[in-house]
Amino acid sequence: MLEIKNLHVEVENTKILKGIDLSVKPGEVHAIMGPNGSGKSTLAQAISGRDTYDVTNGEIIYLGKDLLDMEPDERAREGVFMAFQYPVEIPGVTNSYFLKTGLNEIRKHQGLEPLDAMDFLKHIKEKAKLLDINTDMLNRSVNEGFSGGEKKRNEILQMAVLEPKLAILDETDSGLDIDALRIVADGVNRLRTKDRAIIVVTHYQRLLNYIVPDHVHIMLEGKLVKSGDKKLAMELEEKGYDQIKEEYSSVKAKLEETV
Amino acid sequence: MSNSTEKEQLQAEVTQEEKKIHKAKKKVTEKDTLEALGNREYKWGFYTDIEQEYAAPGLNEDVVRFISMKKKEPEWMLEWRLRAFRNWQKMKEPTWVNVKYPPIDYQSQRYYAAPKTDDDRPKSLDEVDPELIKTYEKLGIPLEEQKMLAGVAVDAVFDSVSVATTFKEKLAEEGIIFCSMSEAVHNHPDLVKKYLGSVVPYNDNFFAALNSAVFSDGSFVYVPKGVRCPMELSTYFRINSENTGQFERTLIVAEDSSYVSYLEGCTAPKRDTHQLHAAVVELVALDNAEIKYSTVQNWYPGDKDGKGGIYNFVTKRGKCAGVNSKISWTQVETGSAITWKYPSVVLQGDNSIGEFYSVALTMNHQQADTGTKMIHLGNNTKSTIVSKGIAGGVSQNSYRGLVKVMKKAKNARNFSQCDSLLLGDRCGAHTFPYVEVNNTSSQVEHEATTSKIGEDQIFYLNQRGISTEDAVSIIVNGFAKEVFRELPMEFAVEAQKLLGVSLEGSVG
Ligand SMILES: Nc1ncnc2c1ncn2[C@@H]1O[C@H](COP(=O)(O)OP(=O)(O)OP(=O)(O)O)[C@@H](O)[C@H]1O
Ligand SMILES: [Mg+2]
Repeated sequence: MLEIKNLHVEVENTKILKGIDLSVKPGEVHAIMGPNGSGKSTLAQAISGRDTYDVTNGEIIYLGKDLLDMEPDERAREGVFMAFQYPVEIPGVTNSYFLKTGLNEIRKHQGLEPLDAMDFLKHIKEKAKLLDINTDMLNRSVNEGFSGGEKKRNEILQMAVLEPKLAILDETDSGLDIDALRIVADGVNRLRTKDRAIIVVTHYQRLLNYIVPDHVHIMLEGKLVKSGDKKLAMELEEKGYDQIKEEYSSVKAKLEETV
Repeated sequence: MSNSTEKEQLQAEVTQEEKKIHKAKKKVTEKDTLEALGNREYKWGFYTDIEQEYAAPGLNEDVVRFISMKKKEPEWMLEWRLRAFRNWQKMKEPTWVNVKYPPIDYQSQRYYAAPKTDDDRPKSLDEVDPELIKTYEKLGIPLEEQKMLAGVAVDAVFDSVSVATTFKEKLAEEGIIFCSMSEAVHNHPDLVKKYLGSVVPYNDNFFAALNSAVFSDGSFVYVPKGVRCPMELSTYFRINSENTGQFERTLIVAEDSSYVSYLEGCTAPKRDTHQLHAAVVELVALDNAEIKYSTVQNWYPGDKDGKGGIYNFVTKRGKCAGVNSKISWTQVETGSAITWKYPSVVLQGDNSIGEFYSVALTMNHQQADTGTKMIHLGNNTKSTIVSKGIAGGVSQNSYRGLVKVMKKAKNARNFSQCDSLLLGDRCGAHTFPYVEVNNTSSQVEHEATTSKIGEDQIFYLNQRGISTEDAVSIIVNGFAKEVFRELPMEFAVEAQKLLGVSLEGSVG
């Protein structure tokens, strides 16, 4: 479903991602972990097509198409969804209007009729109920004055409503209390289907107790340096990044010697 | 290195280069969409080829007499015009405005243009030139009553004259007078004499004096005591002729305990030369009366290089003459090369209320200097100002407002909020709030913000499948929402479309 090869990304002429390879199949859940500033969000933004993230090398193939050739809104209509680490406020625009516009764009792209106000309301209420999310949020301006936890729940609600094929959750678990964490994790698990792939970026092994990943990758200094199954996350929890950093730097040193 | 790998490498480099070029191009298009709002085609720019009657270019007492003669005006009206003209000659064009334009040659303009008719102006729609009916239909304003929006009566002003007024009879049943200013001068001289110039005197300012001398037509509304006007009244102003100024004059009088909601709309053909529009609007609200005045101003703004467009110099003022009266101005200003207008309220009656809600959008080379004046004279008077300025291209958008509390006005209150939204780096937003408080029991609050449309906001909407163009519209719409809410329903839709803004659904 998603094939990332040798991806290099720069932000304002600083190299951030230095050769990422990642392969994600439908139905899989991948977790990406790594210390602050290692490039996790950069990867998420590059997949979604944010303009300020310059892809200088490599490729991203999504469902057989060159993702880098598409505008961010085209990518979204093709089923790529990102839950933002820092959701953006849009004053004066209600959440439900925003979501209805997005959903109908995606439906149009799929050749479906747009949902009218009533049908949309039904659709969104269903999803909110499924996720145990309060619908009061729908009539408020997008993320304006939302608490940190509300913003994150709103991202999950959006994912549920838009029904993407590939979802990237960038630290959706950060800043959530334990109940909210369960709501978000349950929501993700309900949306876990055999056709949908999910990439979860997180700092906490705790989340992976709820959302059990098929693969875990560790990002260090712009590279995925280690991959494994859920045991890798537990190992990481125990030993911290230092050991991996050490391993990584010794490998790097060896590499440099041989060159 | 073998030949084939070298080739592959070259190929890879070429692909990478191509991608870079593609990306650079993409960036340019994204930037363009931000400005596309202003570059949208001006749909109302056509010209109606119809036989017209003109005054010779230039302005002198003879021209004033000619206009008055053409309108078969009584002596008192001509005298009033001449007084205004003599005053105007002694006045200077204001220079404090934050707009730039080359000096206007008042002698090269025409001050009167009217579609030629055999006789007086038409009495019924059957007698209106079909070309004119077609023109208004093209503008989306059908004049045949059965085709009209239910509940909206229209006065259609074409260059210097009113060509048709609909639903007149129906309104007359309630005692409401809705007719052109010219008709009012003939048929309701006592009301006109009593109220014309009572809010904006003929020597009020340079442009108001000019208007008083040469005003052509406009609407007159009179709502009698205790009557709630059953429909929206609206006037649609159209400038058609070249090098002709439009100087309309509108007067609305709401007697005790009456209510009226009025809307004006305006368009003009596309032309390379600038055209002058200097209107005066006067509102009078007596005891417990309420007037709601809305404007959707869409005069031709000029092309993207700043060529052509209307110079819009307008004096609008309402007087809350009676106790508990209320005057509310709502304006959506998207057109004109230059806008200079400050719809104001004189809060004379105790407990009276003045409101001003404004959205001003400037794109390309447009310049707007607009705002309001709230003059508190009576006790417990209250005013609210909500101004939303949106600037793109290389436009300049200024809010200028005055809140003045007179010595005798006890417990006056004002709340002002002025927000500016910038689309891009080359435009400017400015706020000039003036406050003069002469009574210590008053309470005046002012809030102002300036923000730039965020790349992060646009990307957030993009990421949910929404195109950049729609994203900009949605963000602008959200920004201006508080003002749109104040417009009558039918016009809110039109106004939002005008901004290239999709209508926000009414879910919930
Ligand atoms: N827009 C930007 N401008 C400048 N530097 C940036 C920008 N975005 C990211 N960076 C830099 O790129 C590096 C990687 O950032 P990124 O946000 O991808 O890290 P992260 O792994 O998501 O970290 P965290 O766990 O703290 O969220 C950091 O050094 C960051 O400062
Ligand atoms: Mg991050």
